Amino acid sequence: MQARDAIGASGAIGTSPPRSLEAPSRRYGEKAIQGLLALCAIVSVATTTAIVVSLLIPTLSFFSEVPVGDFLFGTDWAPTFAPASFGVLPVVVGTLSTTLWGMLVAVPVGLLSAIYLSEYARPGVRRVVKPVIEVLAGIPTVAIGIFALIALSPAIGKVLPFMVKVPPFSAGVAGIAIGLMIVPIIASISDDAMRAVPGGLREAAYALGATRMKVATRVVFPAAISGVVASVVLATSRAIGETMVVLLAAGASPNLSLDPGSSVQTMTAFIGTTATGDIATGTITYDTIFAVGTLLFAMTLVMNVVAIRLVRRYREVYE
Amino acid sequence: MTGPPERPSTERTRLATAGARAATAGSLSRQPGGDVVKGNIFFALLLLAIAVVLFGLAAIIVQAAINGAPALSFDLFTNPSSSLPERAGFRTALIGTLYLILGVVLLVVPIGVGAAIYLEEYADRTRWWNRLIELNIQNLAGVPSIIFGILGLAFIVRGPLDLGFIVAAGSLTLALLVLPTVILAAREAIRAVPPSIREGSLALGATQWQTIRRQVLPASIPGIATGVILAVSRAIGETAPLLLVGATTFVTFNPTFLGDDGYSALPVLIFNYATRPQDEFQTLASAGVIVMLVVLLAINAFAVWLRNRYERQW
Repeated sequence: MQARDAIGASGAIGTSPPRSLEAPSRRYGEKAIQGLLALCAIVSVATTTAIVVSLLIPTLSFFSEVPVGDFLFGTDWAPTFAPASFGVLPVVVGTLSTTLWGMLVAVPVGLLSAIYLSEYARPGVRRVVKPVIEVLAGIPTVAIGIFALIALSPAIGKVLPFMVKVPPFSAGVAGIAIGLMIVPIIASISDDAMRAVPGGLREAAYALGATRMKVATRVVFPAAISGVVASVVLATSRAIGETMVVLLAAGASPNLSLDPGSSVQTMTAFIGTTATGDIATGTITYDTIFAVGTLLFAMTLVMNVVAIRLVRRYREVYE
Repeated sequence: MTGPPERPSTERTRLATAGARAATAGSLSRQPGGDVVKGNIFFALLLLAIAVVLFGLAAIIVQAAINGAPALSFDLFTNPSSSLPERAGFRTALIGTLYLILGVVLLVVPIGVGAAIYLEEYADRTRWWNRLIELNIQNLAGVPSIIFGILGLAFIVRGPLDLGFIVAAGSLTLALLVLPTVILAAREAIRAVPPSIREGSLALGATQWQTIRRQVLPASIPGIATGVILAVSRAIGETAPLLLVGATTFVTFNPTFLGDDGYSALPVLIFNYATRPQDEFQTLASAGVIVMLVVLLAINAFAVWLRNRYERQW
């Protein structure tokens, strides 16, 4: 016993006091870095806040002069003329018109492309075609606008005169160009959604004797529907917010009409043409830009939130 | 211990086997005739859709090349903008775009990567504020670019920051516009680094920041760089917000980053030329489009090369 005690005592003397696993210093540097990085992340929230604030303040001052009802339901849009009139419907309908014609092109072309890429294309073809389609998404919209103005509008006007009544401007032509611009969004996201559908569903359908077309349209497409809808909603939001194509190819005359041949002014085109000049702060024209901007922001925000929800839902199903 | 039972190999059984096989295959692969026709029509439609997309893309590029070819010369890069078509070029606008993009990169790389590191490495996803930041970034990515122009006009050019119509204001506006793209791409790249790398580093006694700086970041640099390059290529072609934050077009001298004598940018000048009635200006605009598309395709090709060259499989 004594001997063992002695050994224990000498052992205790020889080693340092028990070490703790805590870090030797408080590591304030680490905390500071984490704070700095969090600050970077907060920049995005600050941006959204700044957008909302900078839109709302002039919008409120706008509505102190123009009644909300007159703005939202008025059918006469002449905010920069001497007896100014602030009925926003013509520019909203202008936006709807170009968006509608754009979606009429983009939805079938985009969805059929997605079905081809996901269900029919061989891997080698797919590896080439998908990036090429995505190149289209990277082409600046001003280039697409010039294409619509210089090439598309004369060509379509020659074949279908009712599409271009006031050459070279036409809501329909601008819409087709926008459609071309948003096809990659629909094709790419829908393709991802369809490829996320498990192969077992396809194999089961084939085993029951379904043809390739039936598998694509009755099994894969419905299974991927929330991703498909999300892609369409996202593309719609992009079409509504598109500025350069409509500025170049849709004309500048507010027009309460869905006629593809007429020239229209969209919400974005109004902002783009009116806000470029040296426009004085505090005037009613300056505030009008922000009122239209608020409406545009609200419309796209709703669509984006819906799209994000839908994308999240289809992700949860099969993972 | 004999071999396999001897197969009956008479002529009759061979015929019977072939007949049975044909009957089975025939009944299994039999489809109503209508389905075959419908399937073929459907397949033709699919090919048509792809053809429309590819033709549209080709048409945009070919049309710009044909219309702009007469104006393609060295003068295009040395002449300043002008209201006389024979003297007009893109020099001032190209320099303006160069400054704008330089500013965008300087702003967006630290902020974007910082935010991505925070969200991937530090943020606790059960906290509502972190989920708010994520949702907010996704939403911001879908806000129309002209709304960022309004933000730039009301908040950066005037209002709280009051920078005036200078290049730096344009850079800041574009940086905020592409920030969500950079954050999303950087997050993907950081997420692709396997947790075992981090755990190994932490187990050896490195602090969290040491782990991030010496292990996670170097491993995710190719992905981050690709994201930044794609964001830059988007910023180069972005026109609408610049219209609002003072990219005036007729600047006949080279702009400076903070000078308030006005500046121009390539896409804005292209837009301005395109809206002029003279044919010469339409030609110039198409030539500008070619220059812009060549730059963008080169940048995109570089990004693809970078991704393929440095992509790592863990």
